[in-house]
Amino acid sequence: MQHTISVLVENEFGVLSRVASLFSGRGFNLDSLSVAPTNEEGMSRMTIVTRGDEQILEQITKQLNKLIDVIKVVDFTDGSGVEREMALIKVTAEDDNRAEVLRIVDIFRAKIIDVTPKSYTIEATGNPVKIDAILELLRPLGLKELVRTGSVAIGRGAKGWKG
Amino acid sequence: MKMNGARIMLECLKKEGVDTIFGYPGGTVINIYDELFSFKEIRHILPRHEQAGTHAADGYARATGRVGVCLATSGPGATNTVTGIATAYMDSIPMVIITGQVPTPLIGNDAFQEVDIIGITRPCTKHSFLVRDVKDLALIMKKAFYIARTGRPGPVLVDLPKDVQIAQTEFIYPETVDIRSYKPTLGGHPRQVEKAMAMMLEARRPVVYVGGGAVLGNAAEELTVLCRKLTIPVTTTLMGLGSFPENDPNSLGMLGMHGAYCANMAMTNSDLIIAIGARFDDRVTGKLATFAPHARIIHVDVDPTSIKKNVRVDLPIVGDVKDVLAKMIKQADKLKDKVAEFQTAIAPWHDDIAGWKAKHPIGYKNSTTVIKPQFVIQKLRELSDDDAIISTDVGQHQMWTAQFFQFNKPRTLLTSGGLGTMGYGLPAAMGAQAAFPGRQVITICGDGGVQMNIQEMATLVQNKLPVKIVILNNNFLGMVRQWQELFFDKRYSSTCMELPIDFVKLADAYGAKGFSTSKPGEVEKVIKAAFKEKGPVIMEFKIAREEKVLPMVPAGAALNEMVLNA
Repeated sequence: MQHTISVLVENEFGVLSRVASLFSGRGFNLDSLSVAPTNEEGMSRMTIVTRGDEQILEQITKQLNKLIDVIKVVDFTDGSGVEREMALIKVTAEDDNRAEVLRIVDIFRAKIIDVTPKSYTIEATGNPVKIDAILELLRPLGLKELVRTGSVAIGRGAKGWKG
Repeated sequence: MKMNGARIMLECLKKEGVDTIFGYPGGTVINIYDELFSFKEIRHILPRHEQAGTHAADGYARATGRVGVCLATSGPGATNTVTGIATAYMDSIPMVIITGQVPTPLIGNDAFQEVDIIGITRPCTKHSFLVRDVKDLALIMKKAFYIARTGRPGPVLVDLPKDVQIAQTEFIYPETVDIRSYKPTLGGHPRQVEKAMAMMLEARRPVVYVGGGAVLGNAAEELTVLCRKLTIPVTTTLMGLGSFPENDPNSLGMLGMHGAYCANMAMTNSDLIIAIGARFDDRVTGKLATFAPHARIIHVDVDPTSIKKNVRVDLPIVGDVKDVLAKMIKQADKLKDKVAEFQTAIAPWHDDIAGWKAKHPIGYKNSTTVIKPQFVIQKLRELSDDDAIISTDVGQHQMWTAQFFQFNKPRTLLTSGGLGTMGYGLPAAMGAQAAFPGRQVITICGDGGVQMNIQEMATLVQNKLPVKIVILNNNFLGMVRQWQELFFDKRYSSTCMELPIDFVKLADAYGAKGFSTSKPGEVEKVIKAAFKEKGPVIMEFKIAREEKVLPMVPAGAALNEMVLNA
């Protein structure tokens, strides 16, 4: 089962490689990983999407917690979080399909952020399932290039990460 | 007062109470060595190889319970420490490894003797630091020692670039350290402890299974008190030997691949396993699918990742084993009647165990013509001091030591249990002897492993460390040979050492004393003569060449499928 995990880390030298090598060294799956600083000084936040059964997920969470630079680990799989991802998508857009691309962009509340006579570059945001859906519709029209940020997630409700 | 980074590093060691370090000079640590020249509070021991220096720091740590410290230069000096670091990591040994690094502006430029030692050791250190500013050095050293010794202990590496050693700053050592992202759980949850005690007193076939955590957590006393109070049978792993006296009637000895028949049968037939600071290693469990099929499991460990890693656990208790055991003792004292009931109820279980003990005791067939290794180990126990410290290498002699020496006190066996490092025994003994100049320190080695760090004979002689080196020489890499005999049709591929070494002459070359014998009747005489020597001694025993370690659970077999005679 797929899990989305938030990992709050000290913004220390080498912390990303510690997390990454934990996953490779112990044979854990890593579907996506995104990381950037937070509002708190010296603290970064990683969002990791991974897969495994209950026992593996328990190990992943414990092993992450064991890393000295990890401050907190939160698993959002139980629906306790909201998740978003952004994709930049370059599609072929010539005479006959330019209008169709625009319609799809409109339906998904995406944006055109770069345009040429032969292409559109689209910015799409949403949960990863929505990104998958827009890609499925755009693929037959000529998908030239794709970049996804990987998921970012935050807890629902009024509470911050400190509880 | 302003000082350079090299001096600050030494002052930090002093503040941490470090009295001995094992180090090897080189270009990027020359500034530290220059400071050491006039720094008399720390004894520096020069091994002949950085790997041995790291094992010596490890042996020092295991024997004393303090943090072992070693020092190496950048590049090859640093890479030579890796085996020692991995050995310490697998067995959770508190160590601080200080490596020199090329000056910060050169990092990443493939400079002379540059290597990314932080990267190389990332998977085998508890944590590591690259010091980029001399102002951070004191705090980093404080954190390094704190991390190394607390929670589940482990090696911490501090990489110190040359320019940081030269740079000057005010030396202020922090009194305390608080790391918001590192807060090990030490106190066992009282309700979990209550539940555990209830489960224990309900059990009718209970076994306490003890690992290295009980030794590292200084919990031998609490463990012994609790288990004697309950008269509960106790088995230990290789790393747990010494935590519960093996001469106690309730001791089952070591379990696992070369464990006692009674210990493995007790695990397989038990209805409750109480795991204390152990991690259900594959050498202990055998085939997981058939491991302890009827048992519920209570698992006490300071490291949450050890719990439910290999086996299902019915009741986890995260905490320092000493604390948890102390709480269990209090709980048992409150339940005196129930404890008495329990003792009566488990009488049939004791009978079962006594039956297994009598059926297949750990033993061997002695000989009057050829030296049996087990006989040497028994003689060593008989003739050595009660508090003698024993180190081993890895292989047959290690298992014979575990089976026949009988360890009754914690921190008297230094052995590479997790990584299984050949070449560990001699330098580890060196570290222990440096810590305890007055105690008897004996390393028991095979002829294979001892040659992996034999150069340390020089360090022993130079530093007047009177380690007694026992070599059980079968001219084979015996454990692999045993596997080849049993599972590969006696095809002894590259396990015969062929060239006989004259270990007496070798000892002589280093200025030490050497004895050698192949006669069973001379074993006692040799040991006595060696123990009388003031300096380091090699005792070579030419043993029965194809003697096997038995019993044995073949790799991948169930714990109760033991090969008893082969």
